[in-house]
Amino acid sequence: MSAENILTPAQRDDLRTIAAMIIPASDEYKVPGADDAAVQADILATLGRDTDMVRQALDHLARLAGKPLADLDPARRDAVAGEFRSTGGPAAATLVRVVLQCYYRDDRVLRSLGLELRAPFPKGYTLEQGDWSLLDPVKARPPALRRAQ
Amino acid sequence: MNDPVDVLIIGAGASGAAVAWSLADTRMHILCLDQGGWMNPAQYPSTGRDWEARFYGDYSTSPNVRARPEDYPINDDNSPIKVVNFNGVGGSTVMYTAHWPRLHPSDFKVKTLDGVADDWPIDYDALSPFFAENDRMMGVSGLSGDPLSPLTEPAMPPQPLGRSGAIFGKAMNKLGWHWWPSDTTVATTDYEGRARCINLGHCTPACAQGAKASTDITYWPHALRAGVELRTHCRVREITTNEHGMASGVVYYDKDGVEQFQAAEVVIIACNGVGTPRLLLNSASGRFPNGLANSSGLVGKNLMFHPYGQVYGYVEEPTDSNRAPPTCLWSKEFYDTDLSRGFVRGYAIQFGRGVGPVFEAVMSEGKGILPWGADHHRVFRKLNGHRLAISAICEDLPEEHNRVTLDPVLKDSHGIPAPRVDYTIGANSAKMLEHGLARGREILEAAGATDLCINSPIPYGGWHLLGTARMGPDPARSVVNEWGRSHDVKNLFIVDGSVFVTSGGVNPTSTIQAIALYIADQMKQRLANLFD
Repeated sequence: MSAENILTPAQRDDLRTIAAMIIPASDEYKVPGADDAAVQADILATLGRDTDMVRQALDHLARLAGKPLADLDPARRDAVAGEFRSTGGPAAATLVRVVLQCYYRDDRVLRSLGLELRAPFPKGYTLEQGDWSLLDPVKARPPALRRAQ
Repeated sequence: MNDPVDVLIIGAGASGAAVAWSLADTRMHILCLDQGGWMNPAQYPSTGRDWEARFYGDYSTSPNVRARPEDYPINDDNSPIKVVNFNGVGGSTVMYTAHWPRLHPSDFKVKTLDGVADDWPIDYDALSPFFAENDRMMGVSGLSGDPLSPLTEPAMPPQPLGRSGAIFGKAMNKLGWHWWPSDTTVATTDYEGRARCINLGHCTPACAQGAKASTDITYWPHALRAGVELRTHCRVREITTNEHGMASGVVYYDKDGVEQFQAAEVVIIACNGVGTPRLLLNSASGRFPNGLANSSGLVGKNLMFHPYGQVYGYVEEPTDSNRAPPTCLWSKEFYDTDLSRGFVRGYAIQFGRGVGPVFEAVMSEGKGILPWGADHHRVFRKLNGHRLAISAICEDLPEEHNRVTLDPVLKDSHGIPAPRVDYTIGANSAKMLEHGLARGREILEAAGATDLCINSPIPYGGWHLLGTARMGPDPARSVVNEWGRSHDVKNLFIVDGSVFVTSGGVNPTSTIQAIALYIADQMKQRLANLFD
């Protein structure tokens, strides 16, 4: 099954709408919203084991909205989104997590956060030693290991 | 038909690897069966851009979420603490934080000292040489001289304090409380063929660098060179017994799913505090109707986790976040009994350096501190890279109603009944958790942290699986004797965390492996009359 067919067109529309409600685009931070085409494509391509839960979540969302989420007026859309998050249980949490995990690995987003666009391995990171003299007061404490007798 | 072996070890994790290596010098024919396979570090999460997402999937700490073919399901619905583990060569050392404290001498005498639970039949001094041997094999970094911990002599220097450690150190000094760089099995210099740590991030979901000690890269290469045979993707269904009530071997499913019988003179179980009682209970027979080695009725009972209480918050200055091993310090300030606190025994404190961006987003959204909508970006930038966490790891006392049984419905992929865990947090542990959370808040406030949040108990915090086949001198009150041999079946040994009498208030892997080496040494000393 191709990534586009994992969800129905209506489900994909609702996913895009709710994703934009979670993380809208920002001119201030120069980042796209989570409804951005590349983020949405990443979500669909990597749904994998989360597919069933996300489908459940979108079904729940559709029941609450009664029609495409994007067609609701803003106040009603906010109310539905709030109810979705509070009543959606693990399925809603999975949908939100899937949106967040794809958004926060997007190059444009990581660049905006000042993070490097790479896997941790093989370069790793440098960890500063810190001020070891902070330990001096603890070293000055007398040994106080509780004995067994 | 498989040729009989002298010693059959079930499980290639922390304790199975240690006992295999130790027994190898006997030149007996030693075979280890493990339900998992060898790990491929090139496929570990930190090698990819999706490294955080994989924690929610194939590298989840929960076997129920991970659901790899090597995993077995666990019904832990009736427990506020969920079992986490890893199955494969190396076992849960593949997926642990590498935090490396030992039980304290006083932990072996809780009845004598504090009037609760039971004393162990062995003491710290008996294990001391095996702690040292195990540290050498696993490779330990740290700083000798902690005034409140057993003396250790790490071969490598401690991890750097980093930004997070320095913030914690200042806060602890302000409060006048003990803290110390923790011993870890993260190599800070090249060590025995392992490359030094380069701070790939969180150590828990396996180390692509090989700096973190897991037994697939520490004990197993030595054991294999010494002639031990390791057969992977072999899941043991049951231990069989003969007409004399001795273990005769095991029935297992091989990598192709074909049922096999393996005869053995000695059987050693190293399957952890959930897998071991599961196997013993699944080995019930006409002679042992309540499960193997279970005349005491204690197989599966007295399950101890370490309930973890966690407080986290956010400081102004940047922390190390995900760019360092997750834990760097410990505190034993509240480790020993002080009855004025309202509970007996105590807890250690672990200090968390921070998390990566996906974790931060997912956890903060779940807690309700990261909003949806226009303000999301501003709040996320305030949180991300500024988190510090304090966790109290509480000593859990043995209670028989906390137990592992066989689930009547749930089965693994081979149709073997799965374990069911029934567990409640005892009154003493609950008071300890509250105390730990209050102290955690004080530490974070001393560090200047705000927006404090609590996870208590940490739900997916059931790493430490202890007590379900306890050791002791009395066959009516214990499953194995003081050197790990079953009271009921004279050629059956248990070497994992199941044999713990009490849990202490620290991560147990160092002690589990020291016990495995101690039991192996006891066996070697008694080879001529092992079954008497």
